[in-house]
Amino acid sequence: MFPLAEKDKSIARLLFSTGTCPRCIFRFCGVDFHAPYRLPYKDLLRELENFLKTEDDDLSLEAAKPPLKKIRLQDEETQIDDQSQNGGEMIAIVKDENVIPEKPYLNACNICLGILQEFCEKKFIKKVCQKVESSGYEFTNLVFSVSFPPQLSVREHAAWLLVKQEMGKQGLSLGRDDIVQLKEAYKWISHPLFSEELGVPVDGKSLFEVSVIFAHPETDEDCHFLSTSCPDCFKPAKNKQSVFTRMAVVKALDKIKDDDFRKKFPCPPNLPKAFCSAVEIQCAHGAVFVAGRYNKYSRNLPQTPWIIDGERKLESSVEELISSQLLTVFKAESFNFSSSGREDVDVRTLGNGRPFAVELVNPRRVQFTSQDIKELQQKINISSDKIQVRDLQLVTREAIGHMKEGEEEKTKTYSALVWTDKAIQKKDIEFLDDLKDLQINQKTPLRVLHRRPLAIRVRIIHTMETHYIDEHHFRLHLKTQAGTYIKEFVHGDFGRTKPNIGSLMNGTADILELDVESVDVDWPPALDN
Amino acid sequence: FSQQFLSNNVKGKPCEDHCILQHSNRICVITLAESHPLLQNGKTIKSINYQISANCSRLQNKVSGKFKRGAQFLTELAPLCRISCSDGEEYTVSSCVRGRLMEVNENILDKPSILQEKPSTEGYIAVVLPKFEESKSITEGLLTQKEYEEIVVKRVNNRPETS
Repeated sequence: MFPLAEKDKSIARLLFSTGTCPRCIFRFCGVDFHAPYRLPYKDLLRELENFLKTEDDDLSLEAAKPPLKKIRLQDEETQIDDQSQNGGEMIAIVKDENVIPEKPYLNACNICLGILQEFCEKKFIKKVCQKVESSGYEFTNLVFSVSFPPQLSVREHAAWLLVKQEMGKQGLSLGRDDIVQLKEAYKWISHPLFSEELGVPVDGKSLFEVSVIFAHPETDEDCHFLSTSCPDCFKPAKNKQSVFTRMAVVKALDKIKDDDFRKKFPCPPNLPKAFCSAVEIQCAHGAVFVAGRYNKYSRNLPQTPWIIDGERKLESSVEELISSQLLTVFKAESFNFSSSGREDVDVRTLGNGRPFAVELVNPRRVQFTSQDIKELQQKINISSDKIQVRDLQLVTREAIGHMKEGEEEKTKTYSALVWTDKAIQKKDIEFLDDLKDLQINQKTPLRVLHRRPLAIRVRIIHTMETHYIDEHHFRLHLKTQAGTYIKEFVHGDFGRTKPNIGSLMNGTADILELDVESVDVDWPPALDN
Repeated sequence: FSQQFLSNNVKGKPCEDHCILQHSNRICVITLAESHPLLQNGKTIKSINYQISANCSRLQNKVSGKFKRGAQFLTELAPLCRISCSDGEEYTVSSCVRGRLMEVNENILDKPSILQEKPSTEGYIAVVLPKFEESKSITEGLLTQKEYEEIVVKRVNNRPETS
């Protein structure tokens, strides 16, 4: 059923005469249910024309018809030129004063520039879906995001002022909210078409995003007058190419007075020469996260690639050994590796290992069974003896917070091989076992001072356990607060960590070997693997 | 630590040798060399003063953030502290490297003997962070351990015989 009523006739007629398409007319008449918009364009056009016709109206209908391009039959050259300008769209061939449309989309709508004409119909949506399917992404739902050129808001504003004025004559008011938004109507029409074509629902929370960007360079300068009327809305930002962003334009339109606007921009908006075009059709999948725990068995492996002046100083790294396999299997663009703290190149990580998470950016493959993940874990473990992973699993972005919590709050246990300058006996180290919750003050170690702020850190050594080896060596097990620099606690770092093992023993001590025995974070959940 | 560089006769004062320890991350620790008068037998330190001029105290050096803003900038000859001995002698310790002053050692204020007992570790004088671009060049003007030892040997040989 046609959604317009008698009361809408004058507005519909007015807009139609300026070159507005049927769906935009619906919007300005407040048609806020989906069904009418989803009918095919040519049907809508026909029904609208019928609606606007009155009994003795043939003459006035002629006058009210949109001013289509009138090409005289003798102007054949111009006809061909115009045809190529319109990208092959047919042009009305004018006989006398009658205009007979050859194809439905004769002219681009003066408000939506074609968005609610061809760009929301099956043919275009199919084109987008073809691109989506050929991109090779795995998805079970999608979110569709569309971007319109900012000048559309300007045209919308002009149309609103026009319609507002017309309704004022009838003693009616028209608020901005009474008009259906262009984007909304566009989504009402396009979403079901996407679902039908791709076989998956459209879901706002989906990680898979299909985005289309429309542009209309011909009218880009339409917005420029706003920068003189409302200069403070348009501040040049470094990242953006143009100062005339959609947000800035909308803000300025809010501010500008109706009179000022009408002086600078035609109301109604004029007819564009061409339709807008879809300049970008892209798909991307939101990041997925894989977590686990890693053991490090090498004393010669950095956490992250160690590159100085373009030269790699040490082969590979913990993050590469774990993440490169994931990158391949998930067919992702890139990865971000993070862990609950980290250890030095020459320190091993034993016990249950250290929690880590890998963010896989824009993955093409996202569906994995727990069996798949188990196999992936085995693959990683076979590929290297320097690291091993366990409890590998997919996790949500929110879960990563648990890991970082661990970094700052949870305790760690270590095993250190200590050397002493003075000769020692068993009894000389026993006192260390009795020290509980020893408070130490650590100035930022010199070895990291070039990249960390200078500060004093107060830390607790919860417990210690010593094992005598010989006159100059013993093994020290310790359980400490997160963020304690163990090496500095042993050798003292020029006396900048106090107390330290050396000072506690009234001598000089140094650390020969360090192992992480446990990272006391109970995340990610242990799997029985 | 990492590498050792030395500077002899700093500011033209005979034997007032300094030793600079540079880490691979370019941070320098300024210390006294073994040949420095303060480290010879019989010297007792009376006081150490980080107030090097009316307007400048090294103790007031405040460094903030990762980029160490607010640090006092030092040139090679900038004084770090003045040390007075019980025999009336006074010595000035100089930076020897250009860069931002990170910290001076406050532990030696309380217990000056540490400076003499452990001059290369707990008795350090100061920590300096050179500019990234200058990390290598600042040590080019300094002596290697070998060059330093040769100079010390020469000094001993040139010393007049004591009666």
